[in-house]
Amino acid sequence: MVKGRIWRISGPLVVAEQMHGSMVYEVVYVGEERLIGEIIGMQGDRAFIQVYEDTSGLRVGEPVEGSGDLLSAELGPGILGRVFDGLQRPLSDMELIVGPFVERGVKLPSLPRDKKWVFRRNTDLRVGDRVRPGDVLGTVKETELVLHKIMVPPNVHGTLVELAGDGDYTVEDVIGYVDVGGGRKVELKLMHRWPVRKPRPYLSRLEPTEPLIIGQRVLDMMFPIARGGKAAVPGGFGSGKTVLLQTMTKWARTQINIYVGCGERGNEMADALHSFLRLKDPESGRPLAEKAVFIANTSNMPVAARETSVFLGVTIGEYFRDMGYDVLMVADSTSRWAEAMREISARLEEMPGEEGFPAYLGSRLAEFYERAGRVKCAGSPERTGSLTIVGAVSPPGADFSEPVTQNTLRYIGTLIALDVTLANRRHFPAISWLISYSLYVETVARWWEKRFPNWKAMRDEALEILQRENELMEIVRLVGPDALPDNDKLLLDAARMIREDFLQQNAFHPIDAYCPPEKTVGMMEVILTFYHEARKALEAGVPLEKIRALPVRAKIARMKEVEYDKFPSVKEELLREIHESINSLIGGAAA
Amino acid sequence: MSLSVKEVRKALSAKGSLLLVEAVPGIRYGEVVEVTLGTGETRLGQVIDVSKEVAVIQVFGGVSEVNTKAARVRFRGETLRIPVSLDMLGRIFDGLARPIDGGPPILPEDWADINGAPINPASREPPSEFIETGISAIDGLFSIVRGQKLPIFSGAGLPHNRIAAQIVRQARVRGKGEKFAVVFAAIGVTYEEAYFFMESLRRTGNIENIVAFINTAASPVIERIAIPRVALTTAEFLAWKYGMHVLVVMTDMTNYCEALRELSAAREEIPGRRGYPGYMYTDLATIYERAGRIRGKDGSVTQMPILTMPDDDITHPIPDLTGYITEGQIVLSRDLHRKGIYPPVDVLLSLSRLMKDGVGPGKTREDHYQVFMQLIAAYTEGQYLRELSAIVGTESLSERDRKYLAFADLFERRFINQGEYERRTIEQTLDIGWELLATLPEEELKLISVENIKKYHPKYRRGGKGE
Repeated sequence: MVKGRIWRISGPLVVAEQMHGSMVYEVVYVGEERLIGEIIGMQGDRAFIQVYEDTSGLRVGEPVEGSGDLLSAELGPGILGRVFDGLQRPLSDMELIVGPFVERGVKLPSLPRDKKWVFRRNTDLRVGDRVRPGDVLGTVKETELVLHKIMVPPNVHGTLVELAGDGDYTVEDVIGYVDVGGGRKVELKLMHRWPVRKPRPYLSRLEPTEPLIIGQRVLDMMFPIARGGKAAVPGGFGSGKTVLLQTMTKWARTQINIYVGCGERGNEMADALHSFLRLKDPESGRPLAEKAVFIANTSNMPVAARETSVFLGVTIGEYFRDMGYDVLMVADSTSRWAEAMREISARLEEMPGEEGFPAYLGSRLAEFYERAGRVKCAGSPERTGSLTIVGAVSPPGADFSEPVTQNTLRYIGTLIALDVTLANRRHFPAISWLISYSLYVETVARWWEKRFPNWKAMRDEALEILQRENELMEIVRLVGPDALPDNDKLLLDAARMIREDFLQQNAFHPIDAYCPPEKTVGMMEVILTFYHEARKALEAGVPLEKIRALPVRAKIARMKEVEYDKFPSVKEELLREIHESINSLIGGAAA
Repeated sequence: MSLSVKEVRKALSAKGSLLLVEAVPGIRYGEVVEVTLGTGETRLGQVIDVSKEVAVIQVFGGVSEVNTKAARVRFRGETLRIPVSLDMLGRIFDGLARPIDGGPPILPEDWADINGAPINPASREPPSEFIETGISAIDGLFSIVRGQKLPIFSGAGLPHNRIAAQIVRQARVRGKGEKFAVVFAAIGVTYEEAYFFMESLRRTGNIENIVAFINTAASPVIERIAIPRVALTTAEFLAWKYGMHVLVVMTDMTNYCEALRELSAAREEIPGRRGYPGYMYTDLATIYERAGRIRGKDGSVTQMPILTMPDDDITHPIPDLTGYITEGQIVLSRDLHRKGIYPPVDVLLSLSRLMKDGVGPGKTREDHYQVFMQLIAAYTEGQYLRELSAIVGTESLSERDRKYLAFADLFERRFINQGEYERRTIEQTLDIGWELLATLPEEELKLISVENIKKYHPKYRRGGKGE
């Protein structure tokens, strides 16, 4: 291994000399405490190292030792329900060893070493078979919710010469060997390691044609995200970014959720952890934590590790994708990661780009977002998996023209723009229907229309009503609402119903927090039916005041709180009442 | 004393608060140095960059009067630590924890690194204990819980210091007689402000529960960087060692950020927005994130930083970055202040993110959250109608709209407005809220459940008493 000495220390950046033979992105151990760092550049025999732990107290001349490895994640059973820091150290285990404060220099295995897992061997696989990366060797029921598939690691091709039978094994026990040719045998274990900066291989990419159902009406109906898609959530402070992201990870219909808290609040992370233990998966009734992985690098933890926490999250996501699962990864917030890049870049004295961010900001963001996708997984049996990425952006002063937001927009498919003024009016989720967009509408429409033929038509109409409302409000601001003709007033009423009775959704209400697709579409159908019928009545000469006074409107406003299984009958009842009450108004007007 | 003490006599250059010296082997990054001037005066400093050739030292107190020939620099081989002790309660210190009240020096129980260590997110207990401040606008609408960091965003000339003093005077957790302490850090404030605070703290009669750190506007800029950390280190010692519930009030964080910018410019760093350093978010986070509760420990650290928004601009980097880190904000409004409303809390811009965990049955009252939502919704509607009526006149408004207009006025005058020495219990606050809501038609109270209306609406309450 390469052994050098510290030459300079400047915050998280350490320059070491006599480092000839090291490679870029190699993990190195810095100083006598062996702090973990990563080489981010070489110049002659000098290595520029970003150190993932606090560097106070380091001295010039202390040793720096190369590891020969790239920064890698441990992938295997024991990963679910746990909280890791950006270097995949298990924070809950760290607590037992060093107490409630994060100390540096602590080395801990990411996955528990002593726990035995019940391994069930894949009965289709025989010794002597040719195996390829991704072939399923067997399974471990890691939690009630997740069957952890043990796969041949990427890069291992050859003949299976030994495979253990059903039994209890730790992640380090050897469960088999693959003869990779040339007389070389590779050990198989329940876990393997994979470098976090390197995308995991797959067979082919698939078109993102299936929506990721999130249970949030404004997303599922108006701005859908595809499985394997990419979305960004920019929003100023107080616009409800974190609540929205947590809601997404709680309710998205996926098999695995990964929550990366990158440079954000510690109390929020604690709240997320506690609520994931408390909340139950709507389908199975099991705690959501059983299918979740948490990565916490709060804002006061070393900045350089923000980058690794994001890539660690993506790597774990790809690993579960390779098992054939649908995975959602949420990163809160990518801006903090970008700021860490800016800090390191400035210390390297690189030529700055816009607002001091490095010129490679865009390509680094692309490396991250482009790892999302719906793929045909490597190995047998044949399976598809998806990794959906949602990244929060925290634009300074809620100004979306800043570099991180703008660079992010180049790579994402759904923009979920949060608007502070909506949040101040307590309209939650504060998603701006005028700025947000989704490029997946056309591709996922097929899925929706197989189930709900009018999905796209209703979506487009609702957005048109909201757009028209925006235009009319400018007139109202000038001349007051009375100056508008009745049909415009009715449109404003309809827009208000869409906003208040459909788009607004209470993340903390026991029923309203999650809205299944049938209910989402049904609610929209009721609101639009009311609008269409009311327009008919207006044309038939019914005064607007009478339409406004209809008691059915209050019932429409309470649809949100109707339980899912009761909703179909409530919907039929509402539609019937709308038709009847409007017809009687028209009858009255004609008489 | 220590074997690692090294001394250098060769200063290469001195500028602003930075001193460049020739490096000697074994200098630690971040270690404390003593700079002895030609006059014999000694100042503290810290190593902020070190290579084999040169060490950059940030000097507390600045480099005025430093003579590069005569100065001696002693490297102490340790990072900046302050003495901490229970005896600090009732005392006043400067930004580096040296007593300035004329009393004896502190006998340290321990020496603590002023940078602290981050709380392990997995060890945090989500804050959920309601703190009653006795101020309706805060308790009713933006409740504070123990372990929260809730700043006051103010403007020049607004009464933020009076509000902070009132909170310090009145805050308590209901039904509990636990050990509490207040740590107060005055960061670059004027002498008058510091005096006002000390006097009002003294008048509460429990000065023995207060530790004050004062760095006035005339003190060295560089000490402003240290003072919030020194205050928090003391707070953490009291909270985690003695199980005390500590409220940390820091005023004015704007002065801290200005000092940070000054320093960054002196270091010739690439400036970020408006000249503030790009790492200001992280730097502020290392201060604000030191609030919290720890599972299995009794104490808590609650923070109330006060900052003045330059030009009342909430998108200015200081309030902006603070808002991204803290758990909400209490924004003061110049309009309300002009109307004579105290405390002039801007209800629409303020927010407490942890409120939902601290209110409700068993904590405050079952109707609290719904009353809060309904009050805000009604006031928002009233505000909108105010703007509209300014253009189209009140004549074109409906009966319902006029009721909302009247509500908005009442809300400001009866609910938000209160005396500086008036202490309202949460029940009183909620009952005032109900009285105001009762001026609106009952069917407008959509955000309150029917049960709570039946139980708390004044109409039914009076009925219940058998009129």
